[in-house]
Amino acid sequence: MADAATTPVVIADGLIKQFGRFAALRGVTADFAAGKLYVIIGDNGAGKTTLLRTIAGLAHPTRGKISVLGSADIRSARAQIGYMAHPSLLYDDLSGIENLRYFAGLYSIPESDVDRRCRDAIASVKLDPELDRPVGQYSQGMRQRMSLARALLNDPKLLLLDEPFSNVDARSAGEMAVLVGQARDRGKTVFVVTHQPAQLEACADEFIWMEAGRVVNRTATLQGAAR
Amino acid sequence: MSFLDVTLATLAKDIRLEWRSKDAINAMLFFSLLVVVIFSFAFDPTAEESRKIAGGLIWVAFLFAAIVALNQTWARELRNQVLDAYRVSPAPATPLFIAKALGNFLFVGVLEFLMAPLFVMFYKLRPLGAAWELLPVAALGTWALVVNGTFFAAMSLRTRAREIMLPLLLFPLALPALLAMVNATTSILTGEDSPTFWIALLVAYDVVFTTACLLLFETVLEAE
Repeated sequence: MADAATTPVVIADGLIKQFGRFAALRGVTADFAAGKLYVIIGDNGAGKTTLLRTIAGLAHPTRGKISVLGSADIRSARAQIGYMAHPSLLYDDLSGIENLRYFAGLYSIPESDVDRRCRDAIASVKLDPELDRPVGQYSQGMRQRMSLARALLNDPKLLLLDEPFSNVDARSAGEMAVLVGQARDRGKTVFVVTHQPAQLEACADEFIWMEAGRVVNRTATLQGAAR
Repeated sequence: MSFLDVTLATLAKDIRLEWRSKDAINAMLFFSLLVVVIFSFAFDPTAEESRKIAGGLIWVAFLFAAIVALNQTWARELRNQVLDAYRVSPAPATPLFIAKALGNFLFVGVLEFLMAPLFVMFYKLRPLGAAWELLPVAALGTWALVVNGTFFAAMSLRTRAREIMLPLLLFPLALPALLAMVNATTSILTGEDSPTFWIALLVAYDVVFTTACLLLFETVLEAE
């Protein structure tokens, strides 16, 4: 019987994703085990974000197959996926807790539990749950953290983070990296797309180098992935 | 959370966002007000002429004004790509569509409620038919505009010129409903014919297009 920790959480088989004539993914075949922190790196246009969006079920492969959390139909796995994109995925005119309360409702979190879960998620990213300013007035670093809180709200098994450190100062990026590492330590499988892989050097399990829509290298250390 | 809970939560969220920004309602009010004032200066109809042209004027003004709300409804989901947060959640697509359509119905309804007295005043309107029949015409007509409008606004989300695309897609399809709304309103204002046929046409239009939009919306939402 397969060990739960080594059972692949994501299995990609010949994934091709085309946008018109442009192929963002050109045959990605790979599997990713549970409970690990994967850092996806590569140049702009390498297909990192498209791969992440395909795992999240937001982009549908043109050809090839993908299985997420044991299901080929990603819709059935959505309750177990947390997704943080480059934009915040938050309503600027709502406060942080108002945003989270709305999204909690989409995840069938019991009504009696919503407030506590939202406050816990906000506190876990070192923000103040009482802050009633609209998110549009947050600093970029606060917005990134609130975005991470939203991704963590449903206590997902699979956490997908796209550029969590972009446009934030070094200190905030360092704090975010610690939070990402803690998520993996709590048993979540985490994928991070970033141009700042050094932030995760200490806690990453694997670095995945992408180039021109393909996975070209997978290594345990950042130095190993560098070409 | 049930289907109804997601619908109500999304509707409440949209009302709260509109209440805070007033993006759609202000633009719609301003536009409709301009139409009323400019047309009242451009033409100087008698009470009898007013009854014959007001149906067309009112509904064309509301149709153009509704475009503002319809574009706004999805524009706020595009800012910060918030729509992706809904798409990645396990919530079904249909409650999102119903909430958006209901929200637009409410916003356009508020506009009609506020603008109706001005139309009456500027065009000296006094219905010769049963005035209460204007209520089902307004409700069914508004739903006809917003249900298709909400759907096509979602369809044109990923196009570059989405603000142009929406009227291009919506207006041809809205013509039967617009015809029914205008004729029913004119019948009621002039008291010359019964509006029953036109109201029945609106009911049929609403049933057909609401069903089609509900069936197709998930495909539109998931397309990428």
